Amino acid sequence: MAYVPLADQDHEQELHHPHSWVEKYVWSQDHKVIAIQYGGTAVLVGLVALVLSLLMRMQLGFPGTFDLIDPNAYYQSVTMHGMIMVVYMLTALLLGGFGNYMIPLMIGARDMVFPFLNMLSFWFYLLSVLILLASFFVTGGPTGAGWTLYPPQTTMAGTPGHDMGIVLMLVSLAVFVVAFTMGGLNYVTTILQFRTRGMTLMRLPLTVWGIFVATVLGLFAFPALLVSCIMMMFDTLLGTSFFMPAVIESGTALDYQGGSPILFQHLFWFFGHPEVYIVALPAFGLVSDVLSTHARKNIFGYRMMVWAIIAIGGLSFIVWAHHMYVSGMNPYFGFFFATTTLIIAVPTALKVYNWVLTLWEGDIRLNAPMYFAIGFIFTFIHGGLTGLFLGNVVIDLPLSDTYFVVAHFHMVMGVSPVLVIFASIYHWFPKVSGRMYHEGLAKAHFWITFLGTYAIYLPMHYLGFLGVPRRYYAIGETDFIPASAQTLNESITIAALIVGAAQLIFLFNILWSLRNGEKADPNPWGSASLEWQTPDTPPVHGNWGDKLPTVYRWAYDYSVPGAKSDFIPQNMAEEDVEMEASAAKGA
Amino acid sequence: MSLFKQITEKPWERKGIIGGLKPEGTFKSPAERVALNFFLTAASIVFSLFGVSYYIRMELPDWLPIAEPTSLWFNTGLLVMSSVLFQWARNVVGNGGSKNVKIAFFGGGVFAILFIAAQLQTWEELQLAGVYLSSNPAADFYFLLTGLHAIHIAGGLYVWIKCVFRMVTGAEAKEQRLSIELCTVYWHFLLVVWLVIFAVVANT
Repeated sequence: MAYVPLADQDHEQELHHPHSWVEKYVWSQDHKVIAIQYGGTAVLVGLVALVLSLLMRMQLGFPGTFDLIDPNAYYQSVTMHGMIMVVYMLTALLLGGFGNYMIPLMIGARDMVFPFLNMLSFWFYLLSVLILLASFFVTGGPTGAGWTLYPPQTTMAGTPGHDMGIVLMLVSLAVFVVAFTMGGLNYVTTILQFRTRGMTLMRLPLTVWGIFVATVLGLFAFPALLVSCIMMMFDTLLGTSFFMPAVIESGTALDYQGGSPILFQHLFWFFGHPEVYIVALPAFGLVSDVLSTHARKNIFGYRMMVWAIIAIGGLSFIVWAHHMYVSGMNPYFGFFFATTTLIIAVPTALKVYNWVLTLWEGDIRLNAPMYFAIGFIFTFIHGGLTGLFLGNVVIDLPLSDTYFVVAHFHMVMGVSPVLVIFASIYHWFPKVSGRMYHEGLAKAHFWITFLGTYAIYLPMHYLGFLGVPRRYYAIGETDFIPASAQTLNESITIAALIVGAAQLIFLFNILWSLRNGEKADPNPWGSASLEWQTPDTPPVHGNWGDKLPTVYRWAYDYSVPGAKSDFIPQNMAEEDVEMEASAAKGA
Repeated sequence: MSLFKQITEKPWERKGIIGGLKPEGTFKSPAERVALNFFLTAASIVFSLFGVSYYIRMELPDWLPIAEPTSLWFNTGLLVMSSVLFQWARNVVGNGGSKNVKIAFFGGGVFAILFIAAQLQTWEELQLAGVYLSSNPAADFYFLLTGLHAIHIAGGLYVWIKCVFRMVTGAEAKEQRLSIELCTVYWHFLLVVWLVIFAVVANT
């Protein structure tokens, strides 16, 4: 095709200007409003999942005390908690929320490339959430098959929600994939084609890199979820046997024959493992920017950080079967997947070293976002190390169905991204709202959440070593689990309830500060990246006023030797940088 | 600058405006085309995963191959015609001309609609012959794959209808150049997907 030059964006992109309140805040095509719609919905649905987890913990800590939690309700809570947190909360909040807000501002664009598609993406996402939540109100309730939805038990009597619940779950997931694809095409195209003058790929903040690679992973991995949802829907509703083997239910043979449940597992995890990195990579990016800004130092090893993100993204597609060691496979496959799993630890460890080295000799400002960011380094290292255990087939087999796994994945992809989300919300709150949050409350929120996390998940590792199985409604009496394990379970539950309640501090802080917070400086942290250099705070529709910014440097010019200010914004030309008197003379 | 060069730059060393005052995308293509390429990759993954599932499921003992109806050759002809007409429209408009563009573009879509109708007709034939959904896994895959393919064409037709509407209401063909080009790429993609599905179904 003939080369089509990109015209100057100032003239090219026609923005859809809203004319009424409804167009501005409901059917909005402004990426910032869509980001807040996405983020708000994700937080709300995340709170539902949080309450579900507390219900589970209450049953586990004090079995049989609460009548409302029967075995069905327990399994439904497990399933919905997992699915909501992974897909509808983390993915939506990190990519739909932060992705939407940050991309155009950080690359110096006025909006996404396809604002209308962006709006559709949110409304499809909301639809998927509503369909999912509707399953709480249908006969039989939501599905209780576990978030992995393994056939054949998913659709068989005995599994709660095997009639309507599972259908709504599958429909909701399919709609979510559509929503994600619309959003994702927007994010990658905007990042690749809509950067402002001077914004080369290697001048992008790591946030954008993380979001970019995660979105590419999403675009290529969600198809596997879609494919497995479609085939399972056919099995459930139309009587096909893609996944369903010949099976007997309560003494009667069902009409199914010959399907392959293992095929479903492969498809599911071909989506499921990249999904871990769809959540982790944006978090890696966001935390890098928070750490660098508050340590007043450039990020250590920027190029390595970018390449590590790309390498992790690529490798994440060839490790999926480490979720299936217990399902059984050719030993050579086990060897292959164990090896790739351990290899992926290399670029990941590299990132951890670089975060720590960014802090080294930094002029660290210990405010709330930095607390959460440093907290993330702790939880991520712990969760990552147990991942190395579980990546090995021989260690995984005995630990696989125990609380060790629950502790591992909550540390590495539950708590860690959530801490980054808190860090990022506090960090960017002044820009988004134009007001400051309450620092004391934010720090209280940090300490309770961070210490509570350890009170919850450290003992869980130990329970796993004892052999306490996961997914059990009640353990009952066994020969191998000591009675003291129950005491530990009680303490975990109490810690979980406290951490759950502590999130109210966060909600209160954010909601209260929106109206009553101190007016924020346009760039309170002295940050060099572009989103802090907007002419208005919060940024208005179109972001940049009359003229798009021009970028002269990377996003990490902190504490540059000789410069008067301890940061140089990306859009400041070399000749405008004020130098110290002595340095200027030397030059 | 090549992509490799772009991501091996040392950003802390190079200051100033790189690449001049015009903003430059990573690829020398309009944004719509970049987005379409990403979409086509995602769609190919969907179809490939169905293909992998097809081969894995085929190994299991209850697989009964279906005799593919001869009408599929005729249907394939319709889709080829559709692609050829789109390519014609694209060639003319790509060379700056506008003669017959509207007719070719319109005809391309009409042949695609005929293809979907013919595929539905083939479904009827198969059902009359006792091959229906859930009768056996080969049939299930046949209906699933052809149905999904038809849905993708229907999605393309939505864009086509919008473009036709613009042309009917007075837009010049060359103003629609990008839409015509993207439709053509999409139709070729779906033709290839169809040929692969056809080959797989016919040979197993």
